[in-house]
Amino acid sequence: MDLSLQVNNVTVRYGGFTALDNIRLEVQQHTTLGLVGESGSGKSTLARVIAGLIIPDQGQLLLDAEPLTGKRTREQRKKIQMIFQNPDASLNPKHSIRQILAEALLFHKIVGRAEVEKRSRQLLERVSLEGKALDKYPHEFSGGQRQRIAIARALSVEPSLLIADEPTSALDVSVQLSVLELLGTLKSELNLTMLFISHDLGVIHAVSDKVAVMRQGKLVEVSPKDRFFSRPEAAYSRELLSAVPQMPTMKTSGGLHEPRT
Amino acid sequence: MATTPVLEIEDLTLTAKTQEVLVKDVSFSLNQGESLGLVGESGSGKSLTLRAVLGLLPRGIEQTGGVIRSAADSAMVFQDPRGALDPLCPVVKQVAEVVYYRQRLSRKASRAAALELLHMLGLPDSLRKTDRYPGQLSGGQCQRIVIAMALACKPGILLCDEPTTALDVTVQKQIMETVGRLQQELGFAMIFVTHNLAVAAAMCSRLAVMKKGEIVEQGSTLSVLQEPQNPYTQMLINSVLPVPELAPEGSGVLWT
Amino acid sequence: MKTTTIYPELQTDGPKTTLLRRILNTPSLLAGSIMFAVLILLAVFIPYLSPYDPTEQNLSAFLQPPSAEHWLGTDQLGRDLFTRLIYAARTDLTIMVLAEIIPFCTGIFLGMVAGYYGKWVDNVITLITDTFIAFPFYLIVIIVAFASGAGQRGIYITFILVGWIVFARVVRGLSASFREQEWIASARTLGLSGPRIILRHLLPNVLPQAVVVLMTDMVGLLVAIVTLGYLGIGIAPPTPDWGTMIADGQSFISTAWWLSAVPGFAVVYTGIALSLVGDGLADLWRKK
Repeated sequence: MDLSLQVNNVTVRYGGFTALDNIRLEVQQHTTLGLVGESGSGKSTLARVIAGLIIPDQGQLLLDAEPLTGKRTREQRKKIQMIFQNPDASLNPKHSIRQILAEALLFHKIVGRAEVEKRSRQLLERVSLEGKALDKYPHEFSGGQRQRIAIARALSVEPSLLIADEPTSALDVSVQLSVLELLGTLKSELNLTMLFISHDLGVIHAVSDKVAVMRQGKLVEVSPKDRFFSRPEAAYSRELLSAVPQMPTMKTSGGLHEPRT
Repeated sequence: MATTPVLEIEDLTLTAKTQEVLVKDVSFSLNQGESLGLVGESGSGKSLTLRAVLGLLPRGIEQTGGVIRSAADSAMVFQDPRGALDPLCPVVKQVAEVVYYRQRLSRKASRAAALELLHMLGLPDSLRKTDRYPGQLSGGQCQRIVIAMALACKPGILLCDEPTTALDVTVQKQIMETVGRLQQELGFAMIFVTHNLAVAAAMCSRLAVMKKGEIVEQGSTLSVLQEPQNPYTQMLINSVLPVPELAPEGSGVLWT
Repeated sequence: MKTTTIYPELQTDGPKTTLLRRILNTPSLLAGSIMFAVLILLAVFIPYLSPYDPTEQNLSAFLQPPSAEHWLGTDQLGRDLFTRLIYAARTDLTIMVLAEIIPFCTGIFLGMVAGYYGKWVDNVITLITDTFIAFPFYLIVIIVAFASGAGQRGIYITFILVGWIVFARVVRGLSASFREQEWIASARTLGLSGPRIILRHLLPNVLPQAVVVLMTDMVGLLVAIVTLGYLGIGIAPPTPDWGTMIADGQSFISTAWWLSAVPGFAVVYTGIALSLVGDGLADLWRKK
């Protein structure tokens, strides 16, 4: 299988603080890499480096074997899109949904001016929103709906790599599930490669093919999903996994847990 | 477990100024030493119910019906530990202050009691020598301070509003263990508000599921989770994304 | 994972309030706008409302108290006070609005650039604003007024020099905080250039707050215009102006106190009106 993304020895420092320490990571095409870590582990910084929002102090990035330089071309920008955690802040509050989608479509010349309307409606349909949403503003939508719009905008420019930075962490559990389902469907329909960041191991388990674990700016483990969740290599991974509170009904039959720790 | 209820709520109704009913006919009772989990999604009214028990409703929201009968003092632990602490006051002093006013001890005895509490919560003993500001402590440590302040009131009921939501999983586990241990040692009753069913299940013997201001189902934790009667409860349970069980450490056999 | 379920969270209909209704629900905005509108209407239609000329002297009818003929009486040269008061509003309000245009635009522009780009651009702009703030505003006005000669020019020049600072500071802070928000990050991920993000994304978001600041700033500017007129280095007579009117009436304060009090009241009235509009706009935008 071909590699989509290669991160080679990337280091980011803020003053004396090392946010990312010599990160090496590969993501295969059309797979999802789940990136886990606790707060301050550097997982969001890594996402922003890959998205081109932060220029690393050292190291190199390659997308489809082509190096990504500090100043990326329009085509390179288009190929990597990102969705963010906070649905309240992920859309410009003063732009209508029509403006938000049209800007992306026209800037990357995905369609001509005449077809913007039609394509915008198709995009909304893709994320299960109605066409009349076009004339509304972000504050008129719920968190889950806004996240869908953010997904539509990210996908409008036909990226090959989608970075999702805790896209469901601010959402209710039922909404979380529907957004994850949507991402899963879109990923297979559009042949996307995904980098999925979350602190929630349940979410990571639901979406990933491979799991990478970060701690204090370092990558401590990269393993295929099944191996990670049953026999993680790093002691820290084991610590993380055993800290997740389990549902009593999920326990294997027979030994039901006392409902008190 | 004792059976005297320390808290009884009957038909509690909370209404906003705009006439919108936010909590409707909520009833439950809490026995001494018991722990009740209040679970639901955002906007379900679970936090408001908790605030009503404490008598701290936000401005513009009023109790328009029902009664709250409480036989014990209550104290609250909030979601955001940093927001609940005074950033400009060292933490031991903050806890001692609460002991001084609530337990009416001398200043010196208050400080000793505060240090005792902090020790019980597993905070480093170095605080005995050098007091620290909240900004110098981690989120988990701050939450322990907040819990110590709540316990300094010697509450009969501890109200917890998503106390572990803002914390990392490993810290969440430690806090859950600490609170569970303290509950057994001190015997307070507890209402634990959370959106995380697994956390509620681990902390509480009974669960009440709230949806849009109403309790749709309540019962013992196991019966609610294993035989949910309400479709909403079922939906919440189905939405939990499970993490598979770890293979026991050292079991190196590969069977891929 | 294929699914066609329509989730309840996807229903997009909610109650929609019109802009008009929201304005009507903001009493401070309504009151301020009405007060200001009354003043503007009077200033626009004063030639048709008053039979008098603001500069026409009538020495046979000087220092008259208010009457049916002269609503607010006459001044020491027999000029109708009400007519002069409203013509003065024309002068002072025109200068106030014109003098704000350039500083408003440059302030917003520099504030956005400083806040968005940060680093050395921000350092330079902040250095300039801090330097200008170190000088008292009136000191600069008086120096410029003497250098360029009395009159309106001094006010315009001074305000172009220093008026932008208040906008730059507010907008810089806002822009810096918006820059950290995710919609700016996603615009950057799309590959949009800095200028484009500033104009298309930042500008509409900082504008409301800047307009609120504009309202309070105009009150300060009006007071400055009037003060300069009062000191005799602002608008030169015979052009009617509230400041010179207050100064002229001062000699007659014991016999005809209204000569100074009425233009003073006009300044306060305008100040209250603009402040109410500013507060109201802030409320209106916050409520959404």
